[in-house]
Amino acid sequence: MPDVTKSQSGGAAVDAVAPPVEADAATTAAPAAGPAPQGKPRSLWGDAWFELRHRPLFWISAVLLVLLLAIAAFPGLFTSAEPRNGDLTNHFLTKPELTHFFQADWFGYDGQGRSIYARVIYGTRASIMVGVGVTAVVTLVGGLLGMVAGYFGGWIDSIISRLVDIFFGLPFLLGSMVVLNAFTERKVYVVIAALAFLGWTTIARVMRSSVITAKQADYVTAARALGAGTGRILFRHVLPNALAPTIVVATISLGAYISAEATLSFLGLGLADPTISWGIDISDAKDAIRDNPHVMLFPAGMLSLTVFAFITLGDAVRDALDPKLR
Amino acid sequence: MTTIEKTADDAVREGAGDGGTPLLEVRDLHVEFHTRDGVAKAVNGVNYNVHAGETLAVLGESGSGKSVTAQAIMGILDMPPGRIPQGQILFRGEDMLTMSAEDRRKIRGRKIAMIFQDALSALNPVLSVGYQLGEMFRVHQGLSKKDAKAKAIELMDRVRIPAAKERVSDYPHQFSGGMRQRIMIAMAMALEPDLIIADEPTTALDVTVQAQVMDLLAELQREYHMGLILITHDLGVVADVADKIAVMYAGRIVETAPVHELYKRPAHPYTQGLLESIPRLDRKGQELYAIKGLPPNLLKIPTGCAFNPRCPRAEDICRTEVPALVPVTEQDGTELPGRGSACHFWKETIHG
Repeated sequence: MPDVTKSQSGGAAVDAVAPPVEADAATTAAPAAGPAPQGKPRSLWGDAWFELRHRPLFWISAVLLVLLLAIAAFPGLFTSAEPRNGDLTNHFLTKPELTHFFQADWFGYDGQGRSIYARVIYGTRASIMVGVGVTAVVTLVGGLLGMVAGYFGGWIDSIISRLVDIFFGLPFLLGSMVVLNAFTERKVYVVIAALAFLGWTTIARVMRSSVITAKQADYVTAARALGAGTGRILFRHVLPNALAPTIVVATISLGAYISAEATLSFLGLGLADPTISWGIDISDAKDAIRDNPHVMLFPAGMLSLTVFAFITLGDAVRDALDPKLR
Repeated sequence: MTTIEKTADDAVREGAGDGGTPLLEVRDLHVEFHTRDGVAKAVNGVNYNVHAGETLAVLGESGSGKSVTAQAIMGILDMPPGRIPQGQILFRGEDMLTMSAEDRRKIRGRKIAMIFQDALSALNPVLSVGYQLGEMFRVHQGLSKKDAKAKAIELMDRVRIPAAKERVSDYPHQFSGGMRQRIMIAMAMALEPDLIIADEPTTALDVTVQAQVMDLLAELQREYHMGLILITHDLGVVADVADKIAVMYAGRIVETAPVHELYKRPAHPYTQGLLESIPRLDRKGQELYAIKGLPPNLLKIPTGCAFNPRCPRAEDICRTEVPALVPVTEQDGTELPGRGSACHFWKETIHG
């Protein structure tokens, strides 16, 4: 109760709280000396990385993703077979035992006598490109719009939010089909554009809400009170504190975009020959599935594996970034 | 009304002893917030000034408008709900309310800085303290990253953070409350501003640390000859540090006085009530005095003197007429420099 003595009337305050700096210094110096040798201090992201390293699911998905990225980048390293060369003598040929590792006939041949293994390998690039491409565009566009809407509020927010609502109301696949229908030549970038055109809304919403939370924080007010400009506040103080949810949503939806591409290709509206993609192969396989299920099995399996890898990574990142789940 | 207020204000200025234009002068400042339920009048005509090297303590309960005034000075008021219908905030004679946003931004941090109540939430959790301290130099003075870091370490030493060199890349959550507040002070002090506004700088700290932080603040203020506006509701904190006090109630200043005068002879029933309600050793065992009632709803401030429903001295005139801040004099009429009271019965209060 030092207050009692301290605020005796008359204001001639008797400072009962004499021992000044030393006490505080001692208490804080101790922890400083304590954990310091064990390692550098961790930030929010440092903590998240620490969490991630201790999660088996993260390592499984990370290894899978590295492998998939390598396949997408250098398919020639994984197979010497030509994915487009069809030899009709191999029509639906399968080997009963899957022992021909990494050979052209490892997974058998499709209806036109093309190596399924080679097609699966070469199809990876299209799927990964669509997934990563759509995610990149969506995160950039949606993130930027969401950030602007959340930070500035007012009429800017109203306009962007209504725009989000309108786009959100359009069915994702149906909308992409309509957009894609307008193009005769369906290259990878056309599919990316079509999917991104309708896909940015989720990220924009997530970003907007986390920016609104972050901008009300005291440290934003403090930064402003110490003379920081809008750009600095936005990118140095608000964005790093609002990024986590967006990253999670982006990683998880990356898997969804890959399967959306497959769906569109299956429906004949996505990528088309001569581009090689799992969706196209699954679509081709649908007529032969009864007698030759292997034709469907491998591209579909790869697709599932890839989507699994991305979604698992997203889950792991989310868990690592959310302190409440630790 | 304004003419009388001016006189009181002049008296306050003379009391400061330090001639010339004050560092900061707030004139007839009004701030209101437009809410769904109506207009909340948070600040209703505040006048005060601070000279270089002087400490003004602004005292008041929650909702008395002391923080809102500070935010208006800093220009960090959220302007869509908030509005400043009238008033002037003169910094070295220049009205900051009519300046361009860019000019105002240049004053913030460089000329006027602010210390916040809760240092943990006022420091960015994802950036190291060294980065945040260095940011002041990089943004305002264009220093390189390395120089800024060296300056940051220097600052941390200045505010007596032990092992500054090792701790410069630590994050805010790794510091204790008192150390965090020191970092906050270092940040405000970084560019050696002319004026610092400290908004309840010690409220979030425990009592022992409070004293250390206040001592540090007072020491740095003396050293740099800065003006300091100390916003607080803690009468104990004020006594040691402040030169003069402005007591606020319902968005107005109800009493101004040099610090010891106020404690000795309050001239407003509200101040009197505040002083009475401090626990005192010589009144051990007796019931603690408390001002009856609640702070007024800012959406409908009582007519007349805003304090009248809670005031033991209230009479009919208090319910109809708003008392102006008038100079307080001795019984024989000699002036008391720097003193003013907004009470119809200040004479009875101070001399009765």
